[in-house]
Amino acid sequence: MDLYEYQAKELFARHGVPVPRGRVASTPEEARSIAEELRAPVVVKAQVKTGGRGKAGGIRPAPGPSSTEAEARHVIGMDIKRHIARTVLVEQATVPFEEYYAAYLVDRADRTFLAMVSARGGMDIEEVAATDPGALVRMPIDPVRGVDREIALELAARAALPEDVREAVAGVLVRLWQVMVEEDALLVEVNPLACTADGRVLALDGKVTLDAGAGFRHDHEALADPAEGEGLEAVARARKLNYVKLDGEVGVIGNGAGLVMSTLDVVAYAGRGFGGVRPANFLDIGGGASAQVMADALDTVLADPGVRSVLVNVFGGITACDAVADGVVAALRMLGERGLSRPVVVRLDGNNAEAGRAILAAARHPRVRVVTTMDDAAELAARLAAA
Amino acid sequence: MAVFLTKDSKVLVQGMTGAEGARHTARMLAAGTDVVAGVTPGKGGRTVDFGERRLPVFDSVAAAVTQTGADVSVVFVPPRFARAAVEEAVDAAVGLCVVITEGVPVHDTLRFWARAQAAGTTRLIGPNCPGLISPGQSSAGIIPADITSAGPIGLVSKSGTLTYQLMYELRDVGFSTAVGIGGDPVIGTTHIDALEAFQNDPDTEAIVMIGEIGGDAEERAAAYIDKHVTKPVVGYVAGFTAPEGRTMGHAGAIVSGSTGTARAKKDALEKAGVRVGQTPSETARLMRELLAGRAGTV
Repeated sequence: MDLYEYQAKELFARHGVPVPRGRVASTPEEARSIAEELRAPVVVKAQVKTGGRGKAGGIRPAPGPSSTEAEARHVIGMDIKRHIARTVLVEQATVPFEEYYAAYLVDRADRTFLAMVSARGGMDIEEVAATDPGALVRMPIDPVRGVDREIALELAARAALPEDVREAVAGVLVRLWQVMVEEDALLVEVNPLACTADGRVLALDGKVTLDAGAGFRHDHEALADPAEGEGLEAVARARKLNYVKLDGEVGVIGNGAGLVMSTLDVVAYAGRGFGGVRPANFLDIGGGASAQVMADALDTVLADPGVRSVLVNVFGGITACDAVADGVVAALRMLGERGLSRPVVVRLDGNNAEAGRAILAAARHPRVRVVTTMDDAAELAARLAAA
Repeated sequence: MAVFLTKDSKVLVQGMTGAEGARHTARMLAAGTDVVAGVTPGKGGRTVDFGERRLPVFDSVAAAVTQTGADVSVVFVPPRFARAAVEEAVDAAVGLCVVITEGVPVHDTLRFWARAQAAGTTRLIGPNCPGLISPGQSSAGIIPADITSAGPIGLVSKSGTLTYQLMYELRDVGFSTAVGIGGDPVIGTTHIDALEAFQNDPDTEAIVMIGEIGGDAEERAAAYIDKHVTKPVVGYVAGFTAPEGRTMGHAGAIVSGSTGTARAKKDALEKAGVRVGQTPSETARLMRELLAGRAGTV
């Protein structure tokens, strides 16, 4: 789960990482009152989960409350790379004397944590890495020892930060590591990590990705994006379905992440022959395909007005195909009219596949078509969607 | 022969007394696996009946290993207990620990991985994986045993159901071992580890490698194949239609910016001489052609 800058900074503050004073606002009036409280020049920052805000005009200085309100009015609702800014962060303007870069992340390939520090912050770090790789220090972090003062000082020294700020930066690096570990983060990135003329070190920006798998030991629910609480994906989430909305015409339901991803690809591949028909969604019903799960899945997929046909692709491994077929028949019965609204292509393979197909044939549902192979099923679903 | 798991493997199940653990223990036994014990802290001394087999339950992996000589552990415990369970297996120097559990926090995986590396005595597979099966010999995990047969193909995959699909399509040819390495961002055994084992296994003649979006494990595997694998490999990659920045079912299946795309993985594999199928069925067909071609040249 990616956090907004203001959420990242709230976590930072909770763990003692210095950040500018400020708060999030969802209306221009609210922004104004925050500026009044701060009694200082502020910066109004669009809250979107993408980079390049500055270039897009989403970060604006404002000397006082009325200009803050005006700038917030301008920024709220702004479209930055197809991300709409619904809120702005209003915070005290900070003049950095120097700008550094600091990040912790998970190195998938080397199966360890990685610290990255650079004296060249404030710009696109990928560009720094590409043009001046020596300026970006990368150091693996032992997950058991973590980042203590000694390691933090080593990072600061290796990145060739000015000697007089190393102690202060190291303190911040240790606290950022606490954010990483105590919040189960997969990424903590600060760019820029600013050093002011009076020697203070503070995080002027923050990017945090939390591990959804660690949700059971955190209270991170409140950080979930309200904007993500709308539409079919939210409905699916409430039903505990693993659903991702796409923009095609063939609804896809299957079991197992790999098989469903593969089904989307095979549909898109078959769809080339039918005017570019594409998959409408990813939906993995997992191992047990009970009638209720299948009904929820079909109901979700058929609620998408863009869906013109549905492909149910199940491999019967642990759950045998006859049980899946019973689930499909019962699910369509439960859905009534909606179950009749669009054609449903079912492909069952694996354990008891023939028994499963026989159950579907016997049910004589007017919109169900049973196909034996995945490739043929995708082709039929694409053809029906294009018809 | 086979890789990682053979008929001589003695398997213990961590979390055997739970619903999932019990269900899959019964299936493993039915597949011919020599399951010798279960481990559930606080339930030591009990036994669980599986048909004619009565299995002892121990409080700790160490006790189970001492008493039964188990050298493989399969972990079915809930995510919050996974780290402790795996670390117990590592500390008891169990040679192979297969972590089926889905939803293990990445921080926990990194910590037990570091522990296993330091100890140097345990191979980890998973987490969030279906396990592995050497058909006709043994099964450690949840891969259905009755969809395939023993034979000359080695298979390594991030995806469970795609593993099953390929095992089923090629069931008449059969498999030495199929290894499901799991779809998490951080996993123990990698494609490369399995490729190396298959290359060295005299009973494996050809290899199926299944990958998916996210990370660069497939690109690394392609480089490894180019240098070290002389046995023929066919590949499949899932996720061409996955949008950028969305997690597709598996926690590790995500395209970030321009990295982790299916296209890049397919290209890397093809550059290494791997024939990559457009669909799972085509992949199975490529494997058949390849084996037929080899048979013809002998």
